[in-house]
Amino acid sequence: METVTTHSLPPDIVEFIEACKQQEHSDSYLIAVLHRIQGQFGWLSEDHMNEVAQRLQVPSATVSGVATFYHFFRLKPRGKHAVSVCLGTACFVKGADRVLSAFESELGISLGETTQDGLFSIEVSRCIGVCALAPVVTINEKTYSRVTPTQVPEMIRAEAEKG
Amino acid sequence: MASITSAYGALLEKALKEYDESGAARKVIIQVGSATCEITAGADRVRAEFDKLIIASGRDDILLKQVGCTGRCAREPVVGVFVPGQIPAKYEQVTEEKVHSIFQSHILKGQPVTELILDKKSNRLYDHLVTICSSSQCCGDKGSALEARLLKAIEAQGVPSESVGIMHSGCMGLCDSASDPDQRVMMVFPEKVIYRFKTDAELAEIVTSQLKENTILTKYVTHTDRVLEEFFKQYGDVSFFNRQTRLTLRNSGLIDPESLTDYMLKDGYKALPWILKEKTPEWVIEEVTRSGLRGRGGGGFPTGVKWKNTTLNDDPIRYVVCNADEGDPGAFMDRSALEGDPFTIIEGMTLGGYAVGAHKGFIYVRAEYPLAIERLENAIEVTRENHLLGKNILNSGFDFDLEIRLGAGAFVCGEETALLHSIEGKRGQPRIRPPYPSQSGLWGHPTMINNVETWANIAAILLFGADWYARFGTEQSKGTKVFALAGKVKNTGLVEVPMGTSLREIIFDIGGGLEEGRTLKSVQTGGPSGGCIPASKVDTPVDYEHLKALGSIMGSGGMIVLDDEDCMVATARFFVEFTQSESCGKCVPCREGTLRMLEILDKITMGQAELADLDRLERLARLVKHTSLCGLGQSAPNPVLSALENFREEFEAHITERRCPAHKCRQLLQYSVDADKCVGCTLCARRCPVSCISGERRGVHVIDADKCIKCGECFNACKFGAVLQK
Ligand SMILES: Cc1cc2nc3c(=O)[nH]c(=O)nc-3n(C[C@H](O)[C@H](O)[C@H](O)COP(=O)(O)O)c2cc1C
Ligand code: SF4
Ligand code: SF4
Ligand code: SF4
Ligand code: FES
Repeated sequence: METVTTHSLPPDIVEFIEACKQQEHSDSYLIAVLHRIQGQFGWLSEDHMNEVAQRLQVPSATVSGVATFYHFFRLKPRGKHAVSVCLGTACFVKGADRVLSAFESELGISLGETTQDGLFSIEVSRCIGVCALAPVVTINEKTYSRVTPTQVPEMIRAEAEKG
Repeated sequence: MASITSAYGALLEKALKEYDESGAARKVIIQVGSATCEITAGADRVRAEFDKLIIASGRDDILLKQVGCTGRCAREPVVGVFVPGQIPAKYEQVTEEKVHSIFQSHILKGQPVTELILDKKSNRLYDHLVTICSSSQCCGDKGSALEARLLKAIEAQGVPSESVGIMHSGCMGLCDSASDPDQRVMMVFPEKVIYRFKTDAELAEIVTSQLKENTILTKYVTHTDRVLEEFFKQYGDVSFFNRQTRLTLRNSGLIDPESLTDYMLKDGYKALPWILKEKTPEWVIEEVTRSGLRGRGGGGFPTGVKWKNTTLNDDPIRYVVCNADEGDPGAFMDRSALEGDPFTIIEGMTLGGYAVGAHKGFIYVRAEYPLAIERLENAIEVTRENHLLGKNILNSGFDFDLEIRLGAGAFVCGEETALLHSIEGKRGQPRIRPPYPSQSGLWGHPTMINNVETWANIAAILLFGADWYARFGTEQSKGTKVFALAGKVKNTGLVEVPMGTSLREIIFDIGGGLEEGRTLKSVQTGGPSGGCIPASKVDTPVDYEHLKALGSIMGSGGMIVLDDEDCMVATARFFVEFTQSESCGKCVPCREGTLRMLEILDKITMGQAELADLDRLERLARLVKHTSLCGLGQSAPNPVLSALENFREEFEAHITERRCPAHKCRQLLQYSVDADKCVGCTLCARRCPVSCISGERRGVHVIDADKCIKCGECFNACKFGAVLQK
């Protein structure tokens, strides 16, 4: 067996991986493990993925193959204030593209980028199921509904004040 | 060892005792929604505020309850107040401040706060509210005839007309119009009784006794299915709700989704013990087949047939799966069902496991739905603790357990073979069928996969019978369908109607139509796999066959209303961009074809296309449709083909006139200020998110076109018509 060289995963996740290995079809828990890591760290680092491969005993190509296939997994860290603009149908129809432009222009970054100071990043989501209150934007855990482009500068200011 | 009956009996007794001890039957009940959308709208704060006031008041006859989604999303948070003996009241868009006035006036003094009532329908509250059936499928326009008869009777019997409110409702599941076309039904609040009658003489008798003398006239009282009656009793006072027929969402908004007791008191877990004890798996499959239920995930495959197919093998290991991936971006039926009534999915899947001899099931939920996941986890734990899941369920000897698996944001994983790969921990790429999952699914074993809404029907079908279920809907499409109504319609939210209900009824009668001044252009159903139905076809009944004939599909239930400000080219482009980015890349037609389609659509929306591009687009779309490997690619061209067929002139305007008639395509838009009209009110400058409008107070304003992001806020803001949008 290969030895684990980098020990960057916290004990609870290591424990979870061990528990998965006791289950039937243990390799089927790969996605669940990645969810846990992203839940704690906000993204999946190369080191983390390598450690998962070693501990779960699956090829690292499989781990990175899965991580890159699913849009939900982030392979680079996002900003401290992660702006996510919903571009689902209901939000699009209610002008979400214009809201997105307002964020891009106010923050001076494009979709998928993070500001230099690491404070803000912009990503899109594809429907979070709150379509009836479209357009919807989430910043970290908070959901804003019926957002207009005009509100964007103020939303950013309020977030930035939180530090 | 205890029998199934006594094991279930003990559980039910526990539930009844809990209910009794809560005193709910005698108390004032305040219900606050607790689904994702409601929480977004502030329901948590509203609940906390009520809680504070209840404690401060020192009253012990007030019960605060969390319930699932009622579906009235546009008006959330919605609060229901149920005072014994009163017409139930629903309040809309409740804030912490409104909580205080509702509590002071309604809860403490029994005076409803009329101006906050949902839909502001009543500016005064009636002594009685009568709802009469006007379902297009049974009673139809007889509803208005009945209203006239009722009004006449009210007048003739000397009942003050302002004391009675009359509303029209959807199918209450009561009339046997086929066997007796003269029969009529109506429900009266606050007594919550349903009357069945025929003649004007009988109607007069009811009016006198019930509406004038306040005495229930038992000889004409009837009951409908408990399922519908429960819902009508709590929500029949609101037209948005009483026009619907709630079978799938029968408990959403009625029960606390975290309480097994609540579920059991609504006939939950009644089907399971009875069937484990008295019925064979074959009987279950037969019953589901007879009900006519078809898959609600989009394809509409007969559910009973799929179940049967799963058993046509000798494999001792079989699985059942619930598809809760809900990938259509703009649909939220499954989320709401899971958040509002998770137990029924678990009971349904357990029954499905019994029917096909599976001992293990998986619920595949998209990770974007944390609350649905939490509610499911809770429900699985509680049912396990109560021996409704796990080894030897209710001492029946039947083992069945469930596991939740999370998706990770890939639309293609809603496709069944991709979903199975994903559960196995792999990249979610589809494979060629056959073999179908029912032949070879998870780890090569027969796997029965159904959508959330399909599963949500199972317990009710088995408990109340296939015949009962088959009464709803049309010949080919039985039962009801839940739609997530969104876009340019007033009452965005969840709507459940019998199959065969027209688009018009859904959008105008229930959905409340469009905003003032806007006109309906198109209805998009089926999401990225569906099509754009033109406004001229709005009388089409909604069922699998009719939608298909219009070049759309039923899909999972997303329904987006588009108005004259929506551009059909942009809409088609939106869907192609979506499917293109979600294409798994396994087969060339889909991977390359959608990319080429997107390029052409980009050119059109930027005003750089030529007419020949339209033919290219159409040819390409047909090619992708016919040669792609899985449903994603096969259906991706639908939005384009249907838009080309129904709205070709809009495409042509973009090409020949370089103009977007709906002012939606931003590359073809310019904003400027008409110096003659501008009065210098500065509003536009204050609204502009990128501060690209300059001008002095009372001076003419100017837009810096280079910085403008074309968001349209200035155009919407200017009250003087000075901002030009070209
Ligand atoms: C691209 C694509 C996406 C799909 N997405 C979903 C989905 O989100 N939910 C769902 O239940 N079915 C979805 N389906 C349909 C499933 O493949 C499958 O037919 C369904 O889950 C079967 O359940 P039913 O018979 O109860 O409808 C999708 C199909 C395709 C081709
Ligand atoms: S049609 Fe598209 S999503 Fe389906 S297998 Fe081919 S590339 Fe993948
Ligand atoms: S809102 Fe209209 S009138 Fe007022 S400054 Fe702007 S363009 Fe002029
Ligand atoms: S369209 Fe938007 S960005 Fe452009 S000037 Fe008007 S408000 Fe500013
Ligand atoms: S489309 Fe944005 S929340 Fe559904």
